[in-house]
Amino acid sequence: MAQSSSLDVLLKGSSGQSTRGLLRIIILITIAAAAVASRLFSVIRFESIIHEFDPWFNFRATKYLVQNGFYSFWDWFDDRTWHPLGRVTGGTLYPGLMVTSGVIYHILRFLTIPVDIRNVCVLLAPGFSGLTALAMYLLTCEMSKSPSAGLLAAAFMGIVPGYISRSVAGSYDNEAIAIFLLVFTFFLWIKAVKNGSIMWGALTALFYGYMVSAWGGYVFITNLIPLHVFVLLCMGRYSSRVYISYTTWYALGTLGSMQIPFVGFLPIRNSDHMSALGVFGLIQLGLLRTLSAGVIAPWSGRFYSLWDTGYAKIHIPIIASVSEHQPTAWPAFFFDLNFLIWLFPAGVFMCFQNLKDEHVFVIIYAVLASYFAGVMVRLMLTLTPIVCVAAALAVSSILDSFLVLTKPNPESQTKTTSEDSKSLRSTQKPVVGIYSYFSKAVVTGSITVYLLLFVAHCTWVTSNAYSSPSVVLASRMPDGSQFIIDDYREAYYWLRQNTPDNAKIMSWWDYGYQIGGMADRPTLVDNNTWNNTHIATVGKAMSSREEVSYPILRQHDVDYVLVVFGGLLGYSGDDLNKFLWMVRIAEGIWPDEVKERDFFTARGEYRVDDEATPTMRNSLMYKMSYYNFQSLFPAGQAVDRVRGTRAPTESPQLNTLEEAFTSENWIIRIYKVKDLDNFDRDHNNAVAFDKGLKRKRASKKKGPRVLRTE
Amino acid sequence: MPAKRHAASTTATPVPVAPATLSSGPPTLKTNASAAAIAQHVWEQYLANTPQRTLLLDAFMAFLVLVGGLQFLYCVLAGNYPFNAFLSGFSAAVGQFVLTASLRMQTSDSGSGSSSKPSSKGKNARFVDEDNQEQVSGTSHERAFADYIFGSLILHFFCINFIN
Repeated sequence: MAQSSSLDVLLKGSSGQSTRGLLRIIILITIAAAAVASRLFSVIRFESIIHEFDPWFNFRATKYLVQNGFYSFWDWFDDRTWHPLGRVTGGTLYPGLMVTSGVIYHILRFLTIPVDIRNVCVLLAPGFSGLTALAMYLLTCEMSKSPSAGLLAAAFMGIVPGYISRSVAGSYDNEAIAIFLLVFTFFLWIKAVKNGSIMWGALTALFYGYMVSAWGGYVFITNLIPLHVFVLLCMGRYSSRVYISYTTWYALGTLGSMQIPFVGFLPIRNSDHMSALGVFGLIQLGLLRTLSAGVIAPWSGRFYSLWDTGYAKIHIPIIASVSEHQPTAWPAFFFDLNFLIWLFPAGVFMCFQNLKDEHVFVIIYAVLASYFAGVMVRLMLTLTPIVCVAAALAVSSILDSFLVLTKPNPESQTKTTSEDSKSLRSTQKPVVGIYSYFSKAVVTGSITVYLLLFVAHCTWVTSNAYSSPSVVLASRMPDGSQFIIDDYREAYYWLRQNTPDNAKIMSWWDYGYQIGGMADRPTLVDNNTWNNTHIATVGKAMSSREEVSYPILRQHDVDYVLVVFGGLLGYSGDDLNKFLWMVRIAEGIWPDEVKERDFFTARGEYRVDDEATPTMRNSLMYKMSYYNFQSLFPAGQAVDRVRGTRAPTESPQLNTLEEAFTSENWIIRIYKVKDLDNFDRDHNNAVAFDKGLKRKRASKKKGPRVLRTE
Repeated sequence: MPAKRHAASTTATPVPVAPATLSSGPPTLKTNASAAAIAQHVWEQYLANTPQRTLLLDAFMAFLVLVGGLQFLYCVLAGNYPFNAFLSGFSAAVGQFVLTASLRMQTSDSGSGSSSKPSSKGKNARFVDEDNQEQVSGTSHERAFADYIFGSLILHFFCINFIN
């Protein structure tokens, strides 16, 4: 791709305008196709399946939307999640994604293309990534006069891993469309600032509204555009264009964003949005200032600095909300952006060289986004577009000056130098032309090598790191053949087929969306973690003794309990490894009943083998995980492959639950909660009776003890 | 609280309209004239020098400020109970005002365009301003008016949708 775009530069002189236009369109289509194709690894390797956790909810919501229509989706109260409570789903989600795929689905149906809603959802993210590449082309073309910059930026954006990480086929999440909207909104904004027309401002507002309906990250736009305007004001660049575009955007965009129930009155109440309002007020003052030239100007500086503290305040909620996320490790930048990351500063520097309004925008965006990306891994996604723009500017200027075969003639040289003397620095273009073919060949060759390496790196990262559905796992057999581990779907399908339609499933919240989506059964908690107490209840049930857990299970109508156990296969993301989090969350609500300390041995170790603490051994989670596990191994040789320890040699005894289903590789184990005993015994006694143990023993043991204490 | 800032900024705007025309109009006032005389003079200048169309826009803007101010006053005095309704009414007024101000800027280009020039200081502003000029005057009046209608349609659609 990069090759062909440089070819475009070559053709510039010889062929006519239309040829170049045609070529550009062809190249853009090719880039879009490459962007889509590079995201299809998981579909080819596995199948057309929704990935991970959150996409399953989006998928389920989309199905609901398609089946029941828009209005009932809007008022959707979901009683199949958060079991006793339910969730006001329609008012607590960003509907943009679901509505988009619903519209696409209906359009395709209208065109008599019988497509499955699942395939629409799976392929939505790759499709939109193609559009993102186009939007990127438009945005970069606003920044630079060189046509190759736009094409390069589009190519970078199409295949850069930082963006692919969130948009492979099947990762049906809000980011899938949000990044396209982000880039396109910025394009429209730049266009609005350049032209100063109400129409572009209104279009910006419309796409901003769409963005608000799609992703919580819209706050980034809400703060970036006012900041851009603010900086322009500080630089003394107030103009009617800025006034027109900003006020139009703000007036329409704020109203538009308030149309989304989940956002509601936030734009006028939340401090995240105050910067926009502040700048709106400020620019009205700007209106005053220009018309009554010089009345306010004397104290405007102080005024601005007042506003500056307000600006520091904006970012606190963002930073605060970040604390739960990990800061980015520095290799991640290289991993996600490869050689773009060191071209990025060069590109930003070039923006300083011809500092127009749009270049100010690039600089602000670059500074802010790189700061946020350093704070939080997830925000790498917002950094990626600007890195692509800046890197494309840098590469295109290198290629433009080194790829021209003809020697620069001195005439043009003198002309450019005279222009140079007029502008800011004579250092702007110290070398106007490159004469030796050798240096041309070396530079062009090395850039080509870097581009090729970039493509190879992107392909490698995408195929290895970002294309796993994590619902279906793949591993290699000793002979190198692929081994598909499909335990999740096996278990969820079992639930779907063998349990009543409203059997309540209790599991840790990670699996809530998947159970809802794949097994279609009500769950207690899910990945929309809106009620911490409810999650803590589940944690308590999992980490307590059976006698404590059973009443909790009964109170919540739980029919089945699902645990994930990786001990047989060495699957490290299982529930025993997450167990401490369940304990901690439960301890946060019931500090007297659940204590984290009790789960560690005297030496402070987290052990699950024979030396595990009694609390650990008696916890429901431990019992469910290791129930009958030793029967797979010869006596005394049971091994837990995740934790690399010996598993308990004797099976834990479960009194109140019975094993209902265990998947092929034991990853998912499902237990049925026993009903109350027919003879009104407690479950301990009932099980003991069934085993043929005498009841007396227990009471006998108790007798003397009581005597002794008295 | 935020709405207050709106009101403060919007109510103040009709005043600066006058000095702009003052700078362009012939100043025939004595240096030691009283404030009332200056205001009187400014007002006359304004009436004399402003084209009919711009006058109409200014009247409309003043009306919008009045409407917005009334709504805000109601909100302060009588409570904001139908908050959606208040918000959409108020933002309709503010939005329309802003759009009208934009239209005024685009149509009466010579006045506002040139006055923005001296205010933009700084070294970098030099080669930006040349662009400003050509692009602001580049929009024709018909185009500006079409844009205005487009923006207003969207604005009122949102307001009606939001009013509950």
